[in-house]
Amino acid sequence: MDEKRYELNVQLAQMLKGGVIMDVVSVEHAKIAEDAGAVAVMALERVPADIRKEGGVARMSDPALIAQIKEAVSIPVMAKARIGHFVEAQILEALKIDYIDESEVLTPADEECHIDKTRFAIPFVCGARNLGEALRRIAEGAAMIRTKGEAGTGNVVEAVRHIRTVNREIRQLVNMPVEEVTGFAKANGFPYERALQVRKLGRLPVVNFAAGGIATPADAALMMQLGCDGVFVGSGIFKSEDPAKRARAIVKATAYFKDPEKVLEASMGLGSAMPGIEISDIPETQILATRGW
Amino acid sequence: MVASVTQGAGNPIGVLDLQGDVAEHLDHLERLGVAVRLVRTPQDLEHLAGLIIPGGESTCLARLLDIFGMKDRISHEFQRGLKLWGTCAGAILIADTIVGEPSFLPLIDIEIKRNAFGSQLDSFISEASVPRVAPEPIPLTFIRAPKITRVGRGVEILLQRDGYIAAAESPGVLVTVFHPELTPSLAFHQYFALKCGLTPFAAKVPPIDIPWDNRSWTRYTRL
Repeated sequence: MDEKRYELNVQLAQMLKGGVIMDVVSVEHAKIAEDAGAVAVMALERVPADIRKEGGVARMSDPALIAQIKEAVSIPVMAKARIGHFVEAQILEALKIDYIDESEVLTPADEECHIDKTRFAIPFVCGARNLGEALRRIAEGAAMIRTKGEAGTGNVVEAVRHIRTVNREIRQLVNMPVEEVTGFAKANGFPYERALQVRKLGRLPVVNFAAGGIATPADAALMMQLGCDGVFVGSGIFKSEDPAKRARAIVKATAYFKDPEKVLEASMGLGSAMPGIEISDIPETQILATRGW
Repeated sequence: MVASVTQGAGNPIGVLDLQGDVAEHLDHLERLGVAVRLVRTPQDLEHLAGLIIPGGESTCLARLLDIFGMKDRISHEFQRGLKLWGTCAGAILIADTIVGEPSFLPLIDIEIKRNAFGSQLDSFISEASVPRVAPEPIPLTFIRAPKITRVGRGVEILLQRDGYIAAAESPGVLVTVFHPELTPSLAFHQYFALKCGLTPFAAKVPPIDIPWDNRSWTRYTRL
């Protein structure tokens, strides 16, 4: 990918700022999401909550399903490839979707290497739990970052932990004298040049959305107030009682995240949210956020 | 993002701050030295010289404009002389005709086709001369862009490309299917400020603002 193509890919993510990206498993879902005001859809066969429940190996979705969803909506379509599975990424690029999510929600194909994203023209979004992980993915060519959270739980605690970690590390970088950056970068696995860029900008150099556990308008507004540029909602919409209504409400709360009266209005009468899972009840081997590094 | 921004003289130019590349427009307007206001509520639309509807997703922006009475208020202020500039999604929202779907807030007689180039892989950068706007060639960034396929009476074409129109204007409305706010050029922002009756002091701004870098927008979202 040349530098100009990379910039266009970063800039597409800039267009999504302030918006909600929704997981959809069918054309019908995709239309509900678009009508509700989603800025993009993530096309997949099973939402994370079902992947978690059913277990087994989770792979890239059937391209035929992704193609149908792409046909049905005019907003950008994203789809997931397994961590390190560059052939799934090649297939998704050939399908001409708009963005690939190299995602820990799917079963990793490579435990050592992520995809070399610089070899693709299509943009990638990648998950991160901390600044080092975010900067390593950017160094590999990711044009957008999302904090990982813990997908399919309806529990926002991990998403909060991850954005707070990223923010804390950025503040430390900004406030330290430059001679301390080398050691701090070494200790946390930051690519040095990227660390200097973050220190200068006072934030990540690309758009950063929240993901993993967002289930209510209040969750979305929380992530926005913590400094995320937008939110991904996976299982939170279509595992709830009234998906269309909840989708609209989360869009509204994300746009008006600073205005408690509007978030209040968005929060009323939505029916029940998806059932949540306490993180400590999940066996360690089934934690998704620790996939990838 | 900062709650509201004002500097410079004269009524401010507003940037619709619901979704999309708001900070990028803010960055360009501030460089020009015009007063700026983020617009989130109907009240924010009072006493504006102009309003920019930014790039983003038009279906999302339409939904957000529909609630809280923003749409009607923009229409009302437009009748009272508010100038409008729609970039990309913004141009779709204010077009009289959208191919294959109902119009949203028809304020300029153009026909526009949403996402007309294809997927993100078909996004591109280019350059063109737009004599009315600037003597030098202007860099252009097209991201999942629409195409203007026809203009009606009272609408002038500013930039015609192979088989489509990329920029046009009526007395009250400017539309561009590309994103000047994603380039170092201030030419279109200056042109819009002049259209709004403002005289940005930066008439001496160089055609390409050298200190600008493509992460300039991030200064509004620093921690």
